[in-house]
Amino acid sequence: MQEELFTSGRHIPNIDPSLQIWHWPISLYLFLGGLAAGILFFAALFYLMGKDKEYPTAVKVATIIPPIALSIGLLALVYDLTHKLYTWQLYMSFRIESPMSWGAWVLLIVTPLSMLWVFSYYSELYPKLEQKIQLFKKFKFLVPVEIFLQENRKYMAYALIPLTLILGVYTGILLSAFNARPLWNNAILGPLFLVSGLSTGAATIILLSKSVKEKHMFGKIDLALIIVELALIVHMIMGYYAGSQVQLEAVQLLVGGEFTLMFFGFVVILGLIIPAALEFIELIGFKIPVIVPALLVILGGLIFRFVMVEAGQLTRFLY
Amino acid sequence: MRYAMVIDTLKCVGCSDCVVACQTENDVPIGYCRDWITETVNGSYPNLDLELKSERCNHCDNAPCVRCCPTGASHTVDGGIVMVTENECIGCGACIESCPYDARYQHPDGYVDKCTFCHHRLEKGQLPACVSVCPTKCMYFGDLDNPNSEVSQLLKNRKHKTLAPEAGTDPHVFYLI
Repeated sequence: MQEELFTSGRHIPNIDPSLQIWHWPISLYLFLGGLAAGILFFAALFYLMGKDKEYPTAVKVATIIPPIALSIGLLALVYDLTHKLYTWQLYMSFRIESPMSWGAWVLLIVTPLSMLWVFSYYSELYPKLEQKIQLFKKFKFLVPVEIFLQENRKYMAYALIPLTLILGVYTGILLSAFNARPLWNNAILGPLFLVSGLSTGAATIILLSKSVKEKHMFGKIDLALIIVELALIVHMIMGYYAGSQVQLEAVQLLVGGEFTLMFFGFVVILGLIIPAALEFIELIGFKIPVIVPALLVILGGLIFRFVMVEAGQLTRFLY
Repeated sequence: MRYAMVIDTLKCVGCSDCVVACQTENDVPIGYCRDWITETVNGSYPNLDLELKSERCNHCDNAPCVRCCPTGASHTVDGGIVMVTENECIGCGACIESCPYDARYQHPDGYVDKCTFCHHRLEKGQLPACVSVCPTKCMYFGDLDNPNSEVSQLLKNRKHKTLAPEAGTDPHVFYLI
């Protein structure tokens, strides 16, 4: 038997008995960042493939979400900082070893780029809004800006593909870089969060799309992504079981511990297996309202971020 | 120059003098501490083994907190001491998440704070506050690069351990056992 206790009465707020340093804004941000990365990735990809007429939701309509999601996500991030007035220090240096530094810089580029992308479709997507607010009449300089953006969409798309992939992977690596939290310290978390982000992105496109062809296309993409995600989750769990004592104890939280229902019930079954089954049944010809699997995927992705952020902070090194 | 602290667990009585000295010296806010005492009981009755020790930031050579810090606020200074620059810290908490020893905390003013090996005292040629007040003299501080220093000699002649060496951090607080 080994028993350890603090005898100096140590009980530091948010540290003891387990960390509560990262709260819901971080989970929300990780979800929104992945979602935005997913939507923008598909927009750029299908644009470059010359399919913007065939898949208008992916390339145009859905891209209103990323600027909003990223703005809310960034506000959430700043909200969770405790020394907020010094946030600008993030942009005084680039620290190659710090995932958070990578994230801060990538967001600084992706967020405005996402706004420019959707703005390049402004006249096409929102003619009624334009009639009402007469943006281009009031601000004449925006006319050449829009034309310039429309002419250079190709370059924006080329930039968005690597940037959104980095953004998607980074939301996972942000957690996996911490050796001290065994549940996070898992190299598969980066790819897993990326695939999950792409999957929630595809689900959002399905939700917003009005064309049957587009819904089917993204149903197929989403189904493939869910299968990859399930495989990655199996790898993640296997990785813990093949790991050291600290990882064996960490995985107990997900398997048999207090996060079992949240993880296997809500994330794996409700958020992945059931939507995958529904999407599959839909693809082979049965009528199923696609809104159901799409919403389940999005909700599952959100719960997944909450589970990982909260459970990870309960795990620690034993000494 | 490589500063290190050596703590004799066989002499420590767990009086918490080091904790109070640190809180006073460094104006640590009430309810917080930069160092603390742990009591570890091993075995089952009647064959029990009790170990008392004073713990703090390990000023690791391979410090995960320095690696994770997005602004460079956490950095290593001469002598291998890990320091935090208050007005570069944004309070993101990455370093707290990264520390296997849970040695850092968010100061009520927002920035992250932790043991500095009393860097300000070292500059004046004084020992860290905790070391200087220890009533059983179980704490030693000095330069590991100097083979004749007290800490080098103790580590040469006595059995010792570090905390969570498996975390790969190369900690520089040593415990004589």
